[in-house]
Amino acid sequence: MVKAILPMRLQDICVTKSKKPILTDINLEIGVSGFTIVLGPNGAGKTTLLRTMHGLDRTSAGTIEWLGQNNDIRKRQAFVFQTPIVMRRSVIDNLAYPLLLNNIAKSLALDMAKKRAISIGLGQALEQNAGYLSGGEKQKLALARALIINPEILFLDEPTTNLDGAATREIEDMLLKAFNNGTRVIMTTHDIGQARRLATDILFIYRGRLHETSSATAFFENSKTPESRAFLNGDIVE
Amino acid sequence: MNDIWLGLLNAVRLLVSLDADLFEIVLRSLQVTITAVIIASLIGFPIGAWLAVNRFRHRRLAIALLNALMGLPPVVVGLFVYLLLSRSGPFGVLNLLFTPTAMIIAQVIIITPLIASISHQAIRDLWSEYHDLLISLHATKWQRMKTLIWDARRSLLTATLAGFGRAIGEVGAIMIVGGNIDHLTRVLTTAITLETGKGDFALAIGLGIILVGLAIIINLAIHIISKTERAGTW
Ligand SMILES: Nc1ncnc2c1ncn2[C@@H]1O[C@H](COP(=O)(O)OP(=O)(O)OP(=O)(O)O)[C@@H](O)[C@H]1O
Ligand SMILES: [Mg+2]
Repeated sequence: MVKAILPMRLQDICVTKSKKPILTDINLEIGVSGFTIVLGPNGAGKTTLLRTMHGLDRTSAGTIEWLGQNNDIRKRQAFVFQTPIVMRRSVIDNLAYPLLLNNIAKSLALDMAKKRAISIGLGQALEQNAGYLSGGEKQKLALARALIINPEILFLDEPTTNLDGAATREIEDMLLKAFNNGTRVIMTTHDIGQARRLATDILFIYRGRLHETSSATAFFENSKTPESRAFLNGDIVE
Repeated sequence: MNDIWLGLLNAVRLLVSLDADLFEIVLRSLQVTITAVIIASLIGFPIGAWLAVNRFRHRRLAIALLNALMGLPPVVVGLFVYLLLSRSGPFGVLNLLFTPTAMIIAQVIIITPLIASISHQAIRDLWSEYHDLLISLHATKWQRMKTLIWDARRSLLTATLAGFGRAIGEVGAIMIVGGNIDHLTRVLTTAITLETGKGDFALAIGLGIILVGLAIIINLAIHIISKTERAGTW
C-alpha cells in the first residue's frame, strides 16, 4: 500500500549556487490538493524552487519535510522539465521506462505504456524513435511518462513555453485530467493566461524570496504587493 | 618490382582458390580478435559507465590513467603477459604460453583501455543529457549504468570496432606470447612478418590484402555508425 507523502513543508530554505544566494528564507506548506502556479520575473528562482522541492538542487539551509518515509518520497513525485528529456528509445519504451525502474513486469509495463501512447495520440508512433517527434509531441510524451507512475505530486517547469496554442491546449487538458484525478500539481509559467486558466493558488517569487502566497482568485483580483501588481499589469519587473 | 607482381598474382590465386593455409590463418585471426574484443567490451563498457556516473576522489586521475593506458606499447604488454604465463611465472601451471588463449589475454589488455575510454566519452555525453531525468526517477546507480550503456549502444559499437581494428592489426604482443606456431598460433600479422622475412611474398601479400580489406570495412562501419549517430537516427 502506498503511503501519502503530502503535505510537505519547507522551513527557512536557502539555496546558493556559485556562492550566490538564489533562494532566501522560503517558508511554505504544500497541502494535499491544489494546482499551484509559481509566478515571477526571469531569474527570480522559480525553477530553483521546484528543483529544490523535488530534491534535484541542494539546500544550503533549512529543512524540507514530507509526510512519508524516505523511499516513498522520491517514488511518489515526478518532474517535467522545460526542455523535454527524451530517451534514445522508441515512444513505447520511453513510456515504459519508469515502470521498469520500479520492477513492474515488462509485459504489463508495455501494455500500460501502449495505452498511454494511444491516449496522447501517439498510438501510430509506438515503435518510432522518440527523438524524431515534434517539440509538442516530445513534451506530451515527457508528461505522459511522468504521469505513468501515478505520482502524488507533479512538478512542471514551464512545460508549454516552447509550444504553440494547440499543443499547449493538449498539455493543459492532460494536466487538468491529472489534477481532477487527485494529482497535486506545482508548475511554473510565464503565461499569465495559463495561470488564470489552471491555478487554484499562486506563489509569487521575487528575487529569490517568496513574495506572495494566495489563492488564484485573490491574486488575480486583488494582489497584495506592488511588485505582483506590476507583474500582472505587464510592467517590466526586475 | 617483378617480385611484387609475382607475389600479387600468386596472392590472388591463393585467394580465389580458397587456399587452406591462408584461410586457417584468417579464421584464427578472427577467432582470437573477436573473442578478445567481446571480453574487452564486457570489461570496458561498465568501466566507462562507472567513470561517467560516479563522482569520487581522484576521478580525473583515473581517467587520465585510462587514457595513458591506451598508449601501452604492445611489446611491453606481450613481455608482461609472457612473464606471467611462462613456466616459472605465477600462472605457469596453467600452461597457456604459446596458445591462442595467451594471445587473447594480451589483446584484451591492449584494447580494454581503448574501449573503456571511448565508452566513457560516449556515456558521459549521454549522462549529461539524462542526468536530471534519471535523478528525478530515482534510478539506482546500477540502473543508471545499465540505461546509459543500453541507450549509448551505437557509440559503444564504435568503441568495439575501434578495439577490433587495433587488435586485428597488432603483431608485437601476440608474436611474443603466441610464438607464431604453424597450425596453432599463427595469425594474419605474425604470418605476414614471417613470410616477408622468408621472402615468400605470395602468402604475405594475400594475407596483407585481407588485412587491409578488414581494416577498410571496419573504418567504413565506424564512419557510417557515427554518421547515423549524429543524425539522431541511432
Ligand atoms: N549553477 C548556477 N550558478 C550560479 N547561478 C545560477 C546557477 N543556476 C541558476 N543560477 C541563477 O539563479 C537565479 C534563479 O534561476 P532560476 O532558473 O531558478 O530562475 P527562474 O525564475 O526559473 O527564471 P526563468 O523565468 O528565466 O526560468 C538566476 O539568477 C540564475 O542566473
Ligand atoms: Mg526557470
